[in-house]
Amino acid sequence: MTGNGQYIAYATIVRKEVTRVLRIWPQTLFPPVITQTLYFLIFGKFIGSQIRDINGINYMTFIVPGLVMMAVINTSFVNVVSSFFSSKFQRSIEELIVSSTSNEVIIAGYVTGGVVRGIIVGSLVFLVSILFTWPRVQHLAVIFSFVILTAIVFALGGLLNAIFAKKFDDISIFPTFIMTPMIYLGGVFYSIDNLPPFWRMVSKFNPVLYMVNGFRYGFFGFSDVNVFASFMILAVFAVVLTLVNLVLLQRGTGLKT
Amino acid sequence: MNAISIKNLTKTYSNGTRALKGVDLQVSAGDFCALLGANGAGKTTIIGILTGLVNKTSGHVEVFGHDIDREHQSAKRVIGVVPQEMNFSIFEKVEDIVVNQAGYFGIDRKTASAEAEKNLRRLRLWDQRQQMAKNLSGGMKRRLMIARALVNKPRLLILDESTAGVDVEIRHSMWEFLGELNSGGTAILLTTHYLEEVERLCRRAAIIKDGLIIANDRVKNLVKMVARETYIVHVDAIRSLEKIRGYHPVMIDENTFEVELSKEERLNEFIAYLSQLGMVVTDFRPKGNRIEKLFLHILNSQTGIGAGL
Repeated sequence: MTGNGQYIAYATIVRKEVTRVLRIWPQTLFPPVITQTLYFLIFGKFIGSQIRDINGINYMTFIVPGLVMMAVINTSFVNVVSSFFSSKFQRSIEELIVSSTSNEVIIAGYVTGGVVRGIIVGSLVFLVSILFTWPRVQHLAVIFSFVILTAIVFALGGLLNAIFAKKFDDISIFPTFIMTPMIYLGGVFYSIDNLPPFWRMVSKFNPVLYMVNGFRYGFFGFSDVNVFASFMILAVFAVVLTLVNLVLLQRGTGLKT
Repeated sequence: MNAISIKNLTKTYSNGTRALKGVDLQVSAGDFCALLGANGAGKTTIIGILTGLVNKTSGHVEVFGHDIDREHQSAKRVIGVVPQEMNFSIFEKVEDIVVNQAGYFGIDRKTASAEAEKNLRRLRLWDQRQQMAKNLSGGMKRRLMIARALVNKPRLLILDESTAGVDVEIRHSMWEFLGELNSGGTAILLTTHYLEEVERLCRRAAIIKDGLIIANDRVKNLVKMVARETYIVHVDAIRSLEKIRGYHPVMIDENTFEVELSKEERLNEFIAYLSQLGMVVTDFRPKGNRIEKLFLHILNSQTGIGAGL
């Protein structure tokens, strides 16, 4: 198939994914916005008013980037893992396998679907945050770079999970037992500078810390970690996960017998 | 050029099951070939390997000269497959399922929509195009999978028990449709349990047993191997029954009986003999499916195609 043919295949997967997300928006877009709104209310408004400023930023404003990023991470992962696994479960993934669509395009299509949903939800959460505070924006390019790269990494993670998943339980194990603790301990609600040295060191092994802090740097101009290093770590994750997914699809792991 | 060329194909599943033990099969371009075998014989495994759904263990497979390992995209581009089980999203609209499939083959949306309309109309699904697939009847779902398989204008159409569970009227209209497709030059590989379908549609048939092809010939030639055939004979009244006992007739009712004749026993002579006995033959027809008889004989034979057919 020519380059144009592969582009048409890519556009078909993306259109199908985005149509699905928009068709069932009460399931795909609304719940994360409600959850984050509750975080703004409880942690930002009710509890946050009793917490001192962090680097001159009031607590409500401080948690905005973290909560937006949390929504992006969860949504981009969940979109791909649920969509790809449902396709496996219903066997509609065979439509792609028997076609001349390349594995690279399959990955790109599903990941784009996850990124689009992640960015829509992230934007909605950001709009909600404006009801509570007015976060300043210092480096727009950094914000976009981090949000897109983070969404890509977690969408790829979702695809990896879906490839290995054999039953619906398998698609909730990673988000519940690995991803959620990583997000909550990734500096969404606090600066690691406020942690004891041991936990500060442990936190540095958490990739979510780099995503949240890079993103936060775009808003406030400060970060607990080196922003360039954060970007590179994310880029390496994206490349490694892409290659792993590609090898698995080429082998037919979880898809072919 | 062969539409399908399979040499020494083997497949051992991870649980140790040897589904294919060295299959050789050639299907010519434009041919209509049946692949017959009992459940678990290896038919679906062969189809899975041809379409990329199953990884082969060893052997060589080409589709219109394209090696499925080295040129898998080129091979897939000329194949349309109608699987045994439903494999589309039931929450998608009928038209979207067909158009999206075209997209996966790199066909632009405008061309895909036109092709989808043509195929959905031919398969009498155009009125249901805006319905979600879950609302279709079983027969409609089968026809939808055929419409989807044709959207990339395949040179080879593979049907895996695609008429199973479809009512008689629809099955016959599907036969007509498949016949037209084949006349237009599309090679067709068909697996089915309706052996009448094979006799009516296919020029060739291959029979697979325990992962090996044990017969592969023109349907006409295979049918000739059946040495005996059963006929249903309807007469005005059955007289002198004891005189035809040598033919081992099986009574159906007071005017009808079944009789099995060998190739050597000429039909005309038998009918003439009945006349001599004072019986007027009002109807005389083969009981049914000769290929079914052949199929059962071959499957039951331990030595492949042997004597006694």
